Amino acid sequence: MKFNRRIIETSVKIVLFIIALSALVFLAGIVLVLITQGTPILKYVSLKDFLFGMKWYPTHEEPEFGILPMIYGSVLVTLGALIFATPLGIMCALYIAEVAPMWLKETLKPIIELLAGIPSVIYGLFGALFIAPLIQNLFNLPTGFTALSAAIVLGIMILPTITSIVEDALTAIPKEYSEAALALGATKWETMTKIILPAASSGITTGIILGLGRAIGETMAVLMVAGGSANIAFSLLKPVRTMTATIAAEMAETVMGSEHYHALFGIAIVLFVLTMIFNIIAQHISQRFHKRFTAEK
Amino acid sequence: MENQACEITNIMNYPVDSPSVKKGVSKEKRRRIQNIGIIVLFLSLLISAVFLFIIVIFISIQGARILNWEFLTSMPRRSMTAGGILPAILGTFYLALGAILFALPLGVLSGIYLNEYARDNFIVRILKTGINNLAGVPSIVFGLFGLAVFVKFFGFGVSILSGSLTLGIMILPVIISTTVEALRSVPDSFREAAYGVGATKWQTIRGIVLPAALPGILTGVVLAIGRAAGETAPILFTAATFFSKKLPSSIMSPVQALPYHIYALMTEGTYPEKQVPIAYGSALVLLMLVLGMNLIAIIIRIRQRKKRQW
Repeated sequence: MKFNRRIIETSVKIVLFIIALSALVFLAGIVLVLITQGTPILKYVSLKDFLFGMKWYPTHEEPEFGILPMIYGSVLVTLGALIFATPLGIMCALYIAEVAPMWLKETLKPIIELLAGIPSVIYGLFGALFIAPLIQNLFNLPTGFTALSAAIVLGIMILPTITSIVEDALTAIPKEYSEAALALGATKWETMTKIILPAASSGITTGIILGLGRAIGETMAVLMVAGGSANIAFSLLKPVRTMTATIAAEMAETVMGSEHYHALFGIAIVLFVLTMIFNIIAQHISQRFHKRFTAEK
Repeated sequence: MENQACEITNIMNYPVDSPSVKKGVSKEKRRRIQNIGIIVLFLSLLISAVFLFIIVIFISIQGARILNWEFLTSMPRRSMTAGGILPAILGTFYLALGAILFALPLGVLSGIYLNEYARDNFIVRILKTGINNLAGVPSIVFGLFGLAVFVKFFGFGVSILSGSLTLGIMILPVIISTTVEALRSVPDSFREAAYGVGATKWQTIRGIVLPAALPGILTGVVLAIGRAAGETAPILFTAATFFSKKLPSSIMSPVQALPYHIYALMTEGTYPEKQVPIAYGSALVLLMLVLGMNLIAIIIRIRQRKKRQW
């Protein structure tokens, strides 16, 4: 009886451990697939020409595989979205965490979560049929499918994400901080801007970086709104194309094992590495943030 | 006690010499700055709310024009320019169901290991970092993974099976982390009481800890279903098809799905003026589906918080 129990206990533990490894196996699988399918493109172009080449003509007689326009497009749209969403998100979070009465806070938080769950294809549809025509009329453009439209749509999309993470960071600051400031005669506003915001800065940074990761990896919204021109245009009012949109738009036409197919996986490697870097930085900062405030409590 | 609290708040109203407060700035001015600041914060909240509500209202108004019972329950006709979206609704249902069937056991069991068994050692730390990073992988990369592994390598083709597995891997981190959260919120006294009456660790987990954590896990599952139903990029090359004359016959057949349907109606086909209204209708259905799922999750969480006795 006792012996049986022990066998069951040990085997359960081992089985659970093996299952827990599955997430790691999938991540390793993704890395492996990207490497085996993506690196063969380097047989056709050098790494330098791939990353910094200005021309993307994958289906030409003599194809060119320069992805710089796509990297530029991704960075432009992502930065645009962040410039729009970061200040708004931080201010919303400040209001919700520090100013709003309890009932409003309790109502707003679930609503933000709800909005964060709206599928990106719906943002894309909204962008294509509402924002793009608006931008076109506003600036008198030949097309409304521009980097600016994509940045606005993406900004609205990551706003709930940034707000909720920043709000968490603000709420995590121990009450003693603001009590001490208030006791010294600071106003509520001075406490918020000079004590709570600086103390939460690393948590806020985490929120921004996670928003950045979400924006740069986002596919459908930018695919439907950004226009898709693979040229570097130094204007927010021209169409651009992101790395994600290129993969999504072109993969269906490629033949497995062709240069084009490998080139698209090559883009995915760049994308994967970028998002991993953002993730790891965000995790690192957020761990330090939590360690600091749990230690002080 | 109450009087004392009042006095403390009143002290705030007097200017005090302190390093953090500039000398010479009058009380009125500091007050005014505070009022302006709070108004700015409120305005930013209002602006954000307006943006987000415009989306919901825009889709609702445009979608409501076409939405009726027939739209939900009939097949598309005249190469997607008329008729309903039944296959897309069913396809989304199959894909989400398949994804959850795959990810639920893996996710919950992984969560149990991480919270109940794992010690803080090297392997566990790598495991946790891996799960975090899997959650951050862009959805299009999951799509490529599914294409290379399930569609090509295993030869499942473009099918419900390939799509479900791809979506399942994508939602796995969500389920793992909500399971861990739910288990962590079960107090240790529950476990100690079970050990105290002679239960083994596994018996304690199965009989005491898991039931107590069930509502929390359920929240995660519902959220994950919503996420799987709304994603487009992972099924782009693994499961979705724009046009099918009949409903899928097995898990090996490609399907229509709501999110992909919206995208395809906007980018393919030859009659945009007839396709756009259908795209709006599909978007409204998808929006209601996903928001409904999220709402259910929120309600479960609120009810559980009220019922909880610890």
